[in-house]
Amino acid sequence: MPLIFLIVGLVTEHLGANPAEMIIHETGQWALRLLMLTLSITPLVQITGWSILTVRYNLRRLLGLYAFFYASLHLLSYLLLEQNFAWQEIMDDILTHPALDIGWLAFILMIPLAMTSYPQLAHQLSRRRWQQLHQLIYLISISAIIHFGWLAQAKVDVREPLIYAAILLMLLLLRYPPVIRRLAHKNVTFSKE
Amino acid sequence: MLIKPLDDIPSAEITPESIYQERRRFMRNGVNLMIATTVGVTNTTLFSAPVVAKGVDPSSAINLPIDFPHLKPSAFSTGEQSTPFAKITAYANFYEFGTDKSDPQRYAQTLTTRPWSVQVVGEVEKPGVIDMEEILRKFTLEERIYRLRCVEGWSMVIPWVGLPLSELIKRFQPTSKAKYVQFSSLLDPKQMPGQEDRFLNWPYTEGLRIDEAMHPLTILSVGLYGRVLPHENGAPLRLVVPWKYGFKSIKSIVKMRFMEQEPLTSWIEAEPRAYGFYANVNPTVPHPRWSQKKERRIGEFFKRNTLMFNGYAEQVSSLYTDMDLRKYY
Repeated sequence: MPLIFLIVGLVTEHLGANPAEMIIHETGQWALRLLMLTLSITPLVQITGWSILTVRYNLRRLLGLYAFFYASLHLLSYLLLEQNFAWQEIMDDILTHPALDIGWLAFILMIPLAMTSYPQLAHQLSRRRWQQLHQLIYLISISAIIHFGWLAQAKVDVREPLIYAAILLMLLLLRYPPVIRRLAHKNVTFSKE
Repeated sequence: MLIKPLDDIPSAEITPESIYQERRRFMRNGVNLMIATTVGVTNTTLFSAPVVAKGVDPSSAINLPIDFPHLKPSAFSTGEQSTPFAKITAYANFYEFGTDKSDPQRYAQTLTTRPWSVQVVGEVEKPGVIDMEEILRKFTLEERIYRLRCVEGWSMVIPWVGLPLSELIKRFQPTSKAKYVQFSSLLDPKQMPGQEDRFLNWPYTEGLRIDEAMHPLTILSVGLYGRVLPHENGAPLRLVVPWKYGFKSIKSIVKMRFMEQEPLTSWIEAEPRAYGFYANVNPTVPHPRWSQKKERRIGEFFKRNTLMFNGYAEQVSSLYTDMDLRKYY
């Protein structure tokens, strides 16, 4: 959906005075939002007991792949709109600007996760190895937020990246066993009544 | 000095903006209607109509009366295509009203620009106050079509209305100790709600070396496109130093202080590694977070190469002959 809005917006001149910048920012933001949504599925299932979300519909996989899709668009729009595929300058950017490197890191780490989301490839791995690999999402999310905070559009105004950081922190806390145990327990008893 | 041939048509008449605005409005209405009827939601920011002053029809922005009909053209003007009025006003950094580019247009309309005066203090023979009306009455206003390059990597071409800063400075007779001039913007969180956020030390301050301030390219702007300066672009009086990054061009000036020492600026206080005192446009010196080699001219989709001193090297490079511009960034 966000992609459709961007395309329609571009055609009808609704992306503001600097549409290229808008495309780069929006695709990046959506990649980050989708990452956060992906991370929220596990605690949601644990708290509500709606295992149907992961077992039947595999919402987590779907959201994760969408996050990868938007991260790809974000990277592509940087390469095309920011650098016009001038590889020399892209290399130069990589060598001199660590804020960009963290973005590259997040993207590269997403590739194996996206690949092993396809059942054929996932079966090559044991369940345990698959899970270990997919724990990279924590590193990816942290990198993505640092990348965003470092390049924050409004130079000294980091409120927006901080909001994402707070959400991520909350999502990580929800994975801390004592926390999830308390929340899940309450809910389980409730649903039994 | 590079003197370029000029055409004497006022820039406001070159671009048939009413046509362009009309088309935009037509498209916008069509799309909004489409979304409203099919999806039933218009929550995405992508589709909110381009922001305009409250109560002002977007299409009328360009139909404002020409306030300065008899402007003297300037030999310093570039012949490049000016950025449309609507884009100049819709896309601006003016953190006193918020950090989003569209915030100034949305929130700056509450700023009271009359009465307005500029206080001149420090190393001058005749310190004092000059009233805005006096500035408008006593100085010859010119149209100066300048490139503007923002440190963030975008640029515009703006047909300013203004007066050489040197002419105003001469009235106050700087002493031999006046090596620098510091500018301050208005401090009033009631009128400028962005000042309630403390990420910059308000009021916004900037500074120039005295020879930069006296340079013929440096102007105080009171308007653009032949009209009184819009609030979002720094009304009623702002600095324009076209060979430096945009943040040097301080808006809504209320004070000038002549000093012997280099003044501290708001941006140096906030992030000294990223924002130096000189801030000359220089494609060879990268910003810590991004390269400065290229820029996106607003209205164009791909980036173009940034020129040394923003294309004004012929006029200003002599100011910096003995300086290492990597060190004095």
